[in-house]
Amino acid sequence: MSVDEKVVRRVARLARLAIPEERLAPMAAELNGILQWVAQLDELDTNDVEPMTSVRPMPLPRRKDVVTDGFYAEDIVKNAPRTEDNYFLVPKVVE
Amino acid sequence: MSDLLKMSLVEARDGLRAKAFSSTELTRAASAAIGQARALNAFVVETPDVALDMAAASDAKLARGEGGALEGVPLGIKDLFCTKGVQTTAGSHILEGFRPPYESTITAKLWTAGGVMLGKLNMDEFAMGSSNETSYFGPAINPWRRGNSETKLVPGGSSGGSAAAVAADLCFGATATDTGGSIRQPASVTGTVGIKPTYGRCSRWGVVAFASSLDQAGPMTRSVKDCAVMLREMCGYDPKDSTSVNIEVPDFEKACDGVVKGMRIGVPREYRIDGVPEEIDALWDQGIAWLKEAGAEIVDVSLPHTKYALPAYYIVAPAEASSNLARYDGVRYGLRVEGKDLTEMYENTRAAGFGREVQRRILIGTYVLSAGYYDAYYIKAQKVRTLIAEDFRKAFEKCDALLTPASPSPAFGIGEKANDPISMYLNDVYTVTVNLAGLPGIAVPAGISRDGLPLGLQLIGRAFDEETLFRAGAAIEKAAGFTARPQKWWTA
Repeated sequence: MSVDEKVVRRVARLARLAIPEERLAPMAAELNGILQWVAQLDELDTNDVEPMTSVRPMPLPRRKDVVTDGFYAEDIVKNAPRTEDNYFLVPKVVE
Repeated sequence: MSDLLKMSLVEARDGLRAKAFSSTELTRAASAAIGQARALNAFVVETPDVALDMAAASDAKLARGEGGALEGVPLGIKDLFCTKGVQTTAGSHILEGFRPPYESTITAKLWTAGGVMLGKLNMDEFAMGSSNETSYFGPAINPWRRGNSETKLVPGGSSGGSAAAVAADLCFGATATDTGGSIRQPASVTGTVGIKPTYGRCSRWGVVAFASSLDQAGPMTRSVKDCAVMLREMCGYDPKDSTSVNIEVPDFEKACDGVVKGMRIGVPREYRIDGVPEEIDALWDQGIAWLKEAGAEIVDVSLPHTKYALPAYYIVAPAEASSNLARYDGVRYGLRVEGKDLTEMYENTRAAGFGREVQRRILIGTYVLSAGYYDAYYIKAQKVRTLIAEDFRKAFEKCDALLTPASPSPAFGIGEKANDPISMYLNDVYTVTVNLAGLPGIAVPAGISRDGLPLGLQLIGRAFDEETLFRAGAAIEKAAGFTARPQKWWTA
């Protein structure tokens, strides 16, 4: 499972990260180094082991599905790079 | 004035209550010391005005004989904790200028207890690092030096600013967080005390997320008792964090009596690692001898899956990070770099906003979670986590706590490990197992390296048994008699 420039480009697209062409090869080498190192886990037979899904065994707490908070739209958009009338502004998505 | 800052947190607390000095005096002294210590780059934001307002309010309460457990005590806050109206960046360019409209649960609890905020502390970007070198704001510098050498050393990471500020007497305690060792490793290399409590003890609400199943906050201080006092105020059930555990918070301070007679201390044989400097193992042997002399029974134990902990961590942590960091998209907060369409705007923003190590981990995480690889990597790593937790469960049938080294070396120089990710990752070799299993671990200063640098020992406990760690940690502290302080070279 070796990572090449094509794979880096695909993964970077999935992660929404612009990677310049000249960084693709060095990044592939760095990722391969890490993936080869983590591959030592393959030495372990884990067929009969359950994956950990909860760090501390506990039931997921539940609450009533009601509104308990809100009504401060100005606070919510205050840190946004571009807003208008308490809406976030993004580049046009629909033609 | 600066002598006031050499006190322990407990001495400051008691002196404030006895009106030996005021919070305003302490706070002025601390803010002045911070202003003179910019060479350490420990603080990324200083809040002297906020601090003086909080100190005045504390002094008014203390004058009436009121106040909380930390009333009037000046503290530093790692820049991972959201603080209302005060810039919170997680050490990243992508959050530069972000002023949260809310307060994290932990900092809110500290202010309710009477703590005074001095400012925000430097850290590795999104807590990804073991040296504070990945911070967008430049590395924090360790107050300690190798003898008379002027080489700048790292304070460990990711809580490097917290460690540096506490070691340099700039505050009486600091908040920190630990995902793979980010409290205990910096504590070890700066001669400070740091505890990562059991997963679920401290609310994660309002703490910028890195790897949610591993992240846990804790305090860093100059003594074990200080750590106990501060931790108690940080813990407690919070319905806003679904992994917060609803369990009573003990009086940790009472546990710091150092009585270990009859306690069974496990020594895991797999923690003797090839290639680790001899002085690390020698200090460990010294720690074993101290606890034995104090009346503890030493038990040989085995944690057979130890060597798989770091590789499992470097699947789980990047996977969770890639998911958590998806929220930084240039729309709702932080940096935005425009592009020809929405996707390009996302890509440009994230490329400009995230540093190299963060980008590397996002790519690894995205890769291991992508179609076709999820079972081979992520599920595999979560199975290994089960095996590691099982190792600890079996070990704790034979002992009450484990004693291990806290870091595989003393502080190293800035840039010495920056170009080799895996050698940097190995800094967490003794600490990362604890995060994977969700257990508590404490680092306590125990000795001085050949180069004159501090070294710590780690104690690992059963889930929710921090009290045993404080008890045994106080015993180590007492036996070590660690009183060395860094030379004050940084004063402007």
